[in-house]
Amino acid sequence: MNDRSIAQILVGIDSNTVLSGARQIKTKLITELSRQGLSEEVKVIETGSIGPTNQGVVLGVFPGGELYANITEDEVEEFIQERFVKGRTYKKRLLAETLPEELRLQEYDSRKTQYYGRIVLDNCGRINPEDITEYIGVGGYEALGYVLKEKSPQEIISIVQDSGLRGRGGAGFPTGLKWSFTFREKRYPKYVICNADEGEPGTFKDRLIMEGDPHKIIEAMAIAGYAVEAETGYIYIRGEYKLSLERLQKAIAQAKEMGFLGNNIFGSDFNFDLQLKIGAGSYVCGEETALLSSLEGYRGEPRLKPPYPAQYGLKQQPTLINNVETLANIPAIILNGSQWFRHFGTENMPGTKVYTVLGHINRPGLIEVPIGITLREIIYDYAGGISSGKFKMAQIGGTAGDILPEQLLDVPLECQSLQELGHNLGSGALLIMNGTVSVADFLRSCMKFFVHESCGKCSVCRIGTSYLYEACDRLNRKEGYVDELKNMKDIATTLKLTAFCPLGQSVAQPVLSALKYFEEELKEGSNPNKKGKLPTREKSEGVFYYS
Amino acid sequence: MGLKIEINNIPLEVEKGTTILQAARKVGINIPTLCYLEGLQNPGSCRVCVVEVEGANALQPACVTEVNEGMKIRTNNKRVRNARKIILELLLSSHPWECNTCDRNQSCELQTLAEEYGIREVRFQSTQEKLPLDESTPGIVRDPNKCILCRRCVAVCQEIQKVGTLGPRYRGFHTVISPGQVDLLGDAVCVQCGQCAAVCPVGAISERDDTEKVWEALEDPQKYVIVQTAPAIRAALGECFNLPPGTLVKGRMVAALRRLGFDKVFDTNFGADLTIVEEGHELLSRLKKKLVDEDKTVKLPMFTSCSPGWINYMENFYPELRDNVSTCKSPQQMFGAVAKTYFADEIGIRKEDMVVVSIMPCTAKKFECNRPEMVDSGVQDVDYVLTTRELGKMIKQAGLDFVNLPEEEMDAPLGISTGAADIFANTGGVMEAALRTVYEIVTGKELPFEKLHVTPVQGLEGVKEAELTIKETLPDWKFLEGVTLKVAVAHGLGNANKIVESILKGEREYHFIEIMACPGGCIGGGGQPRLTTDEVRKARIQAIYKEDEGRKLRKSHENPALKELYNEFLGQPLGEKSHQLLHTHYFDKKNKKEKEKVKV
Repeated sequence: MNDRSIAQILVGIDSNTVLSGARQIKTKLITELSRQGLSEEVKVIETGSIGPTNQGVVLGVFPGGELYANITEDEVEEFIQERFVKGRTYKKRLLAETLPEELRLQEYDSRKTQYYGRIVLDNCGRINPEDITEYIGVGGYEALGYVLKEKSPQEIISIVQDSGLRGRGGAGFPTGLKWSFTFREKRYPKYVICNADEGEPGTFKDRLIMEGDPHKIIEAMAIAGYAVEAETGYIYIRGEYKLSLERLQKAIAQAKEMGFLGNNIFGSDFNFDLQLKIGAGSYVCGEETALLSSLEGYRGEPRLKPPYPAQYGLKQQPTLINNVETLANIPAIILNGSQWFRHFGTENMPGTKVYTVLGHINRPGLIEVPIGITLREIIYDYAGGISSGKFKMAQIGGTAGDILPEQLLDVPLECQSLQELGHNLGSGALLIMNGTVSVADFLRSCMKFFVHESCGKCSVCRIGTSYLYEACDRLNRKEGYVDELKNMKDIATTLKLTAFCPLGQSVAQPVLSALKYFEEELKEGSNPNKKGKLPTREKSEGVFYYS
Repeated sequence: MGLKIEINNIPLEVEKGTTILQAARKVGINIPTLCYLEGLQNPGSCRVCVVEVEGANALQPACVTEVNEGMKIRTNNKRVRNARKIILELLLSSHPWECNTCDRNQSCELQTLAEEYGIREVRFQSTQEKLPLDESTPGIVRDPNKCILCRRCVAVCQEIQKVGTLGPRYRGFHTVISPGQVDLLGDAVCVQCGQCAAVCPVGAISERDDTEKVWEALEDPQKYVIVQTAPAIRAALGECFNLPPGTLVKGRMVAALRRLGFDKVFDTNFGADLTIVEEGHELLSRLKKKLVDEDKTVKLPMFTSCSPGWINYMENFYPELRDNVSTCKSPQQMFGAVAKTYFADEIGIRKEDMVVVSIMPCTAKKFECNRPEMVDSGVQDVDYVLTTRELGKMIKQAGLDFVNLPEEEMDAPLGISTGAADIFANTGGVMEAALRTVYEIVTGKELPFEKLHVTPVQGLEGVKEAELTIKETLPDWKFLEGVTLKVAVAHGLGNANKIVESILKGEREYHFIEIMACPGGCIGGGGQPRLTTDEVRKARIQAIYKEDEGRKLRKSHENPALKELYNEFLGQPLGEKSHQLLHTHYFDKKNKKEKEKVKV
């Protein structure tokens, strides 16, 4: 390569920044550099999400590692002038944080900036996701080559088991155990599925991982395939994730060309083929058995467990299903060992967690932090504090997540401590809300989502969500029935106890936690003179069924 | 090796694979169910069967959860009862409160559970769109507002019948069970078998109620109203009056029909005997053309044509088999055509003034009688079809004390029949009846089986086969000497599909095949008293064989009224008059134009 550049501009191109004109800015940067005669010296590199979201187009500049956000097309000329001709920072759009120079950290550094201690996102925003050589350049596919040459499936599974990695999709099931269950089954073919049907509102970490580092998922799936003796993999991806899809498609084609997918990978007798399957946008298809139904071409509805997918999964064959983020941890664990991984996070739940932090905070965006740090640390150390007003509540884990009040700001975000309080860590969305948000109104919008997304299979979820929505709506209008809160609690408890699938059960979380911590506020919406009445049916003309 | 478990502190040992529900029933513990249907892949979707399993956070559905060694189960503590109550409240909150005016009032499983669980108020309110009734087919009416989405109908339509018409559509609260992606059953491919109506726990799917039309005809002094009752009714009608399944109520049924005001009480059995004679000769004629004349246009195997659900299925899915199906009309339609010609002439009534009512175990018969080609008498051959359930209602409306009615006899001549006609009700029955006649025509001797039963084709196995080598033939039938007649029987359209596919693929060869659309045959029809389980099927089947064995005449060709009919009116089997009145043809309903032409 005759790259003689002395400086690089990283342009974070993900589905958010694309909407802010990242592609146009990239073109403008290239033309402007060439106009200034700097094309040789300064190279423009397209990469995935650099981190900050909701801040327009984000650029990173090396050497130096400074970050610029909200840059507009008109400012590009001035930016090039200032930064590369005059050689000083472009203060107008400069962010406080910087990108570190080294690309991979072997030891956990406790300095609290989101760019240290990254495992999952270590390449996101650093390399060009559309170029396999960049991934290889930072050690990509090394782990795959290593396991194929040096390790047996059992050894890989015990590494993953020893690392203590747990599923990052929401349920937190030990990943190594899941792998061993699938390995144990001796019926072939077996399948490996990457669950990329990220449907939880407010969660888009998987999307940014796939957009920023698609090869990592491919490598991890091949490793998983080797470990559980599967030769076919599917990535079940949301149809809306267009950019992820494009980049994965490109990455799969490149990996095939380089021989990382296909037959006799690294000269071994291991064959692995990977296909993309596009979901149609149903929330329930993120539930693993519903995903299987959808993948087989049936209506996306959960199936009965047991039998679990490890025994009877896709086409009734043994199947391993892992979330995107879970898989993204695998190559680093293989290369650095399980003990290294245990440096991060807590004893019970080692590693890091990728969160999308949103709401009334100063720096919304994608962060990767060690598991076990508190909500307070995330809000004030990583997200720059509350943007206006005072902290009121946070919903952790997406729309099906718990609503936590101020007094829980110091609870470690980790399975066990949360479970002791009856809460779940969920999928990785943190929605921070200030005093302007009404609990009833917020719950109403959560429930509206579930009314829309309940699959309709089991009676409790189908009817329960609808009642909960209507109840929240009444409370929000201050027209709640006299026994509204009790009824809501009864329904939510029943949902948790009896809904068919984990998604239906999780609908109870926001309701029960809101009732627990914000009962007084919710009570204000209930009118003591108002009683419920018998169901009514309104005759509709013209419109046949709902569509 | 058994698994040791405890249910409500009662220790018991059960086999691996037993569900909690099955285990509980063994020790006399009842767990409520709504979506559960014995023997099917249950969806586990209604959730009313939840129980507490020690060690599990959530409650578990008893109908689909298999027991494990050492499992400790609680079926009746506060947590479980509360959850069930709330689920029932939720179901009731989105269900129209029209119990008093519902077809299923007092026979509704949701209503029964609400009563059992002492639901005295429904705290939850939900508003939803009122959906229009689906009255687009002659046999079946669907009220999506009453549907509780238990999916029993989906299970029978897809798993048992393999027709796959009904399925869930849309999501969440807006989910409806609909025929494919269209709103109306009439716009989809539905064979009208009514198995969905037979399993619906509430009033969401039922037969079209034709009782008012029949009452009206009975009141009309201008009309001469005769009734025919299918063989399967006599073994099931008693269940409408809390008699145990399998009680033979033929005599009381005749008495009841007479008291309802029918001018003559006749028997579809007469039509069944007629069918056997015609169909038996048709089979022999096909065999002769094939074996002696080597006529390539003649198709074998020959399929029976009694079951209108099967005919609909064949026309829609396998129209290429049209020439394989016997041209004989079903017994119901043969009866209608004969009644409005031969019998009307005999008693001097204009056929326009005669009303033929059928009592059938079947919803597809409502479709069949309305087929545009079923008018060979010059008017519609059969006017109204009532299901067993509808007749039960009429008897109740008339204030008849059914259980204590005297036993009465059918009227002559169209009420005279043989035991061969009785067994039409059972799967394998048409085959057995046909063999009794065909064998005797060919050899001059009685079918050489104990009590004339062809045991291999009896019972509830899905697909049954038998072989019969013909020996010592009469001179006319020499070509059949030593021929081994291969026959098969299937009941339930899923099983029919298996046979048809194996024939089309050339894996199997038969001469004659009996197909009944409903599991168990007509005794398990879509119009029979609810709920038809295998146990109920067996009881009804036994009753029918008992009825047959108690008869003096057990072979269709021995029916004296039939002999008279041939002598005086029809001439001979497969003769010109038979052709005109008793035989039909089928349509290719894959062909949209042809389907539209014969739409009912």
